[in-house]
Amino acid sequence: MSDQPATDALRRTCLHEEHLRLEGRMVPFAGWEMPVQYGGIVEEHQAVRQRAGMFDVSHMGRLEVRGPQAGRLLRYLCTWDIAGLGPGEGHYTAVCRDDGGILDDVYVFCLTPERYLLVANAANADKIHRWLQAHAGGFQAELVDRQMSTAMIAVQGPQSLARLGEVIGPEFVSSLRPRRCGETAWRDQTLFASRTGYTGEDGLELIADRSGGPGLWRALLEAGVQPCGLGARDTLRREAALLLYGNDIDESTIPWEVGLGWVVTLDDGAEFVGREALLGLRDAGPQRLSVCLRARERGIMRAGCAILRSGREVGKVTSGGHSPTLSVSIGLGFVPTELATEGTELTVDVRGKSLPVRVVPRPFYKAPKQR
Amino acid sequence: MSSPPELKYTEDHEWVRVVDDVGTVGITEFAQDQLGDIVFVELPAPGAQLTQREKFGEIESVKAVSELFSAVSGEVVEANAALADKPELVNESPYDEGWMIRLRLSSPGELDSLMTAEQYDEYTAQGTG
Repeated sequence: MSDQPATDALRRTCLHEEHLRLEGRMVPFAGWEMPVQYGGIVEEHQAVRQRAGMFDVSHMGRLEVRGPQAGRLLRYLCTWDIAGLGPGEGHYTAVCRDDGGILDDVYVFCLTPERYLLVANAANADKIHRWLQAHAGGFQAELVDRQMSTAMIAVQGPQSLARLGEVIGPEFVSSLRPRRCGETAWRDQTLFASRTGYTGEDGLELIADRSGGPGLWRALLEAGVQPCGLGARDTLRREAALLLYGNDIDESTIPWEVGLGWVVTLDDGAEFVGREALLGLRDAGPQRLSVCLRARERGIMRAGCAILRSGREVGKVTSGGHSPTLSVSIGLGFVPTELATEGTELTVDVRGKSLPVRVVPRPFYKAPKQR
Repeated sequence: MSSPPELKYTEDHEWVRVVDDVGTVGITEFAQDQLGDIVFVELPAPGAQLTQREKFGEIESVKAVSELFSAVSGEVVEANAALADKPELVNESPYDEGWMIRLRLSSPGELDSLMTAEQYDEYTAQGTG
């Protein structure tokens, strides 16, 4: 029952009126006024797990990188081999500092060899824009910030592709394989879509011009897609053990601690910011690892709770809460590497009470292959 | 929103229903709506002595954890065991099946310090979440 922080000076997405119409409960998030829920978080969570839900993710950073050396600039700033992306392909990657600390975890899409799209976390959007700006000097590449000029809507769930087909065309939707992207004509504009998401379910993320955002949202609503808020987005991503920057990752995190070694390409010889440090960190190996923790009794672990082994603090929960699918508390947290083995039994200090937990396989939830 | 007129209310959004010298305490419709889906309720064991406004437990929704404060002083005679398996009763039936504790009142005069339904509805209408 805490007081709502002031919502002045917060940025609003072009879907703001839609959220109000749907009686979304608006909260401040990363400098934006966003819906945390419309009905209930669990109901929205289940809609995505069982049918199709949509999220306004227009608060996320969207940076178009254009020019003959756009790919080279991105390769220089991303840990993964972006230069290997062909048109219509996308990949998850980290952007690291010189010392290997993670500035952001982002998605990069290649539309053409001279046109890329980088999607950054909302909280890091300005920082990443400045970081690219600061390094773009030596490259024939320009940056176009698309965050305010577009809307971004994530449509997720086992029925999402069918619903999307009704709205933006079934041929286009079925042409997009996982992690692929493309553009299609929709009404009077060009729509970007990628077969990606942050819920553990299949689906697309769409980017429309600001003017077309509300119309797209309403068309999806009419097709039966349930509006979902940031609350469900968090419970869904947590079950899928997808990392949240600011909780599970920050600038002191190195990729191998959070299972992101697979997005660090060190052996192609390409020069990129952080490479030297990352080579050393890879060879040294991580001292701590982010693991999946599942409660063995009632009680709910939250971010910030201490993780204990034999009464001694060994780490902290970085994300935690109730899992609607598993009906038990789950969380992500750092533990020393020797305690990261599946089956390891630990306790979490939940406001003075000991909650027994176990290290379990990642992720907590995986969508069934066929439905 | 119109709260049941036979109950008394606190500024922390708890209600109390008094029958003889036993008070039943729960959280209001407004509170459960603000909290959202409730997934865990921790309550004291019978025998616990509470003073008015003392923390008696915790309630966790999908979103966050909140503390529960007793509307009145007294000895806990019963805690709602059904909430262990069905915490969602607090959402579905905050004034009935979702009750939390029963206390034998030690200072019935405290009831006068609580809000009536009408006062409480006015209080929540001001947006004092």
